[in-house]
Amino acid sequence: MIAELGLAALWMAAALAGLQLLAGILALTGRGASLGGIVRPVAAVQGVLALIAFLCLIAVFATTDLSVKLVAMNSHSLKPLIFKVAGTWGNHEGSMLLWVMVMSLAGGFVALVERRLPEPTMLATLAGQAFVSLGFYAFLLIASNPFDRLSPVPEEGNGLNPLLQDLGLAFHPPTLYLGYVGLSVAFSFAIGALVTRQVGPAFARAMRPWVLGAWIFLTLGITAGSYWAYYELGWGGWWFWDPVENASLMPWLAATALLHSVSVLASRDALRAWTVMLGVVAFSMSMIGTFLVRSGILTSVHAFAVDPQRGSFILALLAINIGGALTLFALRAGTVTEGERFALVSREGALVFNNVMLSAILGIVLFGTLYPLVAETMGAKVSVGPPYFNPMGALFAVPMLVILAVGPMLRWRRDSFARVGRSLVIPAMLVAAGIIAMVVVGGVGLLPTLGFALALGLGWASVLPLKGRNLRRTPLPIWGMVLAHFGIAVSLFGMSCESAFSVEKLVAVKAGDATAVGPWQIKLDAVEPMAGPNWTALEARLLVRYGDYGKVTQLDPQSRSFWAPPQQTSESALLTRWNGQLYAVLGGEADDGRWQLRLWWKPFVPLIWLGGVLIALGGLLALLGRVASDLRRIFAREKIAYRRGRMADLQRAQEGEEP
Amino acid sequence: MSPPVRTKAPAWAIWLPLGLFLAFAALVTIGLLRPADRTVASTLIGKPMPAFALPPALPDRPGLGSADIATGKPHLVNIFASWCIPCRVEAPQLRALAGAGVPIVGISVRDSTEALTGFLKENGDPYQRIGADDDGKVQLALGSSGVPETYVIDGRGVIRYQHIGEIRPEHVAMILAKLQEASQ
Repeated sequence: MIAELGLAALWMAAALAGLQLLAGILALTGRGASLGGIVRPVAAVQGVLALIAFLCLIAVFATTDLSVKLVAMNSHSLKPLIFKVAGTWGNHEGSMLLWVMVMSLAGGFVALVERRLPEPTMLATLAGQAFVSLGFYAFLLIASNPFDRLSPVPEEGNGLNPLLQDLGLAFHPPTLYLGYVGLSVAFSFAIGALVTRQVGPAFARAMRPWVLGAWIFLTLGITAGSYWAYYELGWGGWWFWDPVENASLMPWLAATALLHSVSVLASRDALRAWTVMLGVVAFSMSMIGTFLVRSGILTSVHAFAVDPQRGSFILALLAINIGGALTLFALRAGTVTEGERFALVSREGALVFNNVMLSAILGIVLFGTLYPLVAETMGAKVSVGPPYFNPMGALFAVPMLVILAVGPMLRWRRDSFARVGRSLVIPAMLVAAGIIAMVVVGGVGLLPTLGFALALGLGWASVLPLKGRNLRRTPLPIWGMVLAHFGIAVSLFGMSCESAFSVEKLVAVKAGDATAVGPWQIKLDAVEPMAGPNWTALEARLLVRYGDYGKVTQLDPQSRSFWAPPQQTSESALLTRWNGQLYAVLGGEADDGRWQLRLWWKPFVPLIWLGGVLIALGGLLALLGRVASDLRRIFAREKIAYRRGRMADLQRAQEGEEP
Repeated sequence: MSPPVRTKAPAWAIWLPLGLFLAFAALVTIGLLRPADRTVASTLIGKPMPAFALPPALPDRPGLGSADIATGKPHLVNIFASWCIPCRVEAPQLRALAGAGVPIVGISVRDSTEALTGFLKENGDPYQRIGADDDGKVQLALGSSGVPETYVIDGRGVIRYQHIGEIRPEHVAMILAKLQEASQ
């Protein structure tokens, strides 16, 4: 019953999306101006219906209704409730429904709230949003119906990949989706602006909170995903340049560029066509990433159900949405009037440089991700890894980080390096000191050395924009920028230290034996069996001590066996200190009763993710600042309108008294 | 004072994104339509392998030169790297082949001693010798464009078979047959 209700809601939402698109087009072409009025309410109702459909799917998962095929395939009655619920979006159909739900809700929200744009642009935006949603509704209803029934009803479900049975992962995909889908709003705004050729500061201000919001979620999603891969895969690495990771990195790179160019457009009315193009590209990257992951066209270490049939469907969607948007862009961009000009050395100039570098890195990641595919069409199977991505990415990341230190201090329109040169003396000295320190230590590669030195310089330079300001009056977006840039320095510091100073050890020890890794003394106390709700495990008890006199702490890495479906995973154990992390993985048992242990000492590695969180927090501050000033503006306008109304009333009253 | 920057894009640049996207769409369409596996005969088959000498990749065993392979017995030459994900997939098959008595030598491409040690500990170590090909020159000379690739080389040093991509379980019998052919 619940499943049918969900399916009905989904069909109605799809029909309303069709209506929204049609009414929008008719109103825009002047054949039904009165229809324009229904577009906003229809968008809102469509969002609510999509939400109902999604809630229905959660309900069938929570109650493990095995007559629903999707539940039978992906869930299991023994699974803890939280993972049953998270299982709703842990599969292809459910995650597509989540995607559509968030997209429709976002569209409905825009329809109700956004009043700054000219009405035709708004209609075109909502029609664009409906067009994209319609494609995804069709995909769900035709090719991947999440509410399909199964007959006969199976006794038990097929479980869920135990690697995915993890809290971090339960909330990692929805976070990324919120990011992807926020970019769909930016995409629709870009389409709307292209249709009506109205690209300007108002458009940028309407788009900016969505870009910011999406970017915050993408940043958090990537940070969480990287941490998940780090502790769950048990390989000790935090980024593998895997297609799935690249699929989340590419929209982030585009969104970061968009975030900066949209600021230029909002405050200086420059970079019009470029911003619109980035708006299209950012969401396109989200869709391309999803396609690459779902179609199974690339091999990945991350488990994901793949199906080439679905791949063709998503590809068709991509061709229509992205191809259509880029064609519209090519036809219209030439007719969008040129924005304000600026000097090469100026805030705009620095932001353009940042945009070009980010786009170059995006191109490198995209090329590296697709190269195995290119090679495959020529008959070769290859894997492109860090030896390509690291140096090629750094080639553009290093100049970008240098400009990142300088840019925020430049003035709009026109400036000179001489003016800001003095405040950069200390950061430059820090960079030099960092390089010298690494050379003295010796044996550190070029990239970690550069990263370490730049992190020091950038850490200092990132707070310089606050110099000379009244801190209490400094607007939130400035604080946000400072925090985000500082977060980049923090993250970079963590990456460089991890890469330069990590110590790894693989040992086979008997219970009672001791070993050491880096500054840690480690003793294997015992290995004992454990049982969880749907797994059994061997758990090692490690007694570890930092240095000779530190406190003894217990660490319990596990080697887990899930039974539905049967699979082995290793649960690593982590011990975090202020200056790094000890990482322990329990391996197999050798014939002579010794146990394999993999141990890493990773100095400052948590800073990688702390930096990511700081970056997202910076975004949040900026978003709060923007929304607050938008609200103030709306209230001020209403106040003025109210006073004008009062004045008119008074006047009328007086006029009424006079005769 | 620097002149104002032109912010108007030239016409070709405006069409560039669409062009790139169409290229992408064409590429993935081919990828989706193409049958999953295909064998391509290399032009190097039947030719002697080029002469090379690589330094040891690990301190515990010798490096690899062409003279070490042309010893009268067929060898498998496996081009691999610790950063290559398909290499992890083929590791069990290589172990099985080594267990069947096949002499396997490795060329590790753009790798570090630590990463390589970790990779071998995790995925097993079927290699009698490992040469370090730090700039990928020997890899290119052998006509290999990526990792992993595996060559069957007969006792005289002639390339008899090139396997592109990972060795899957279903390939093991075929590779044993190729080795058998090469020993005759």
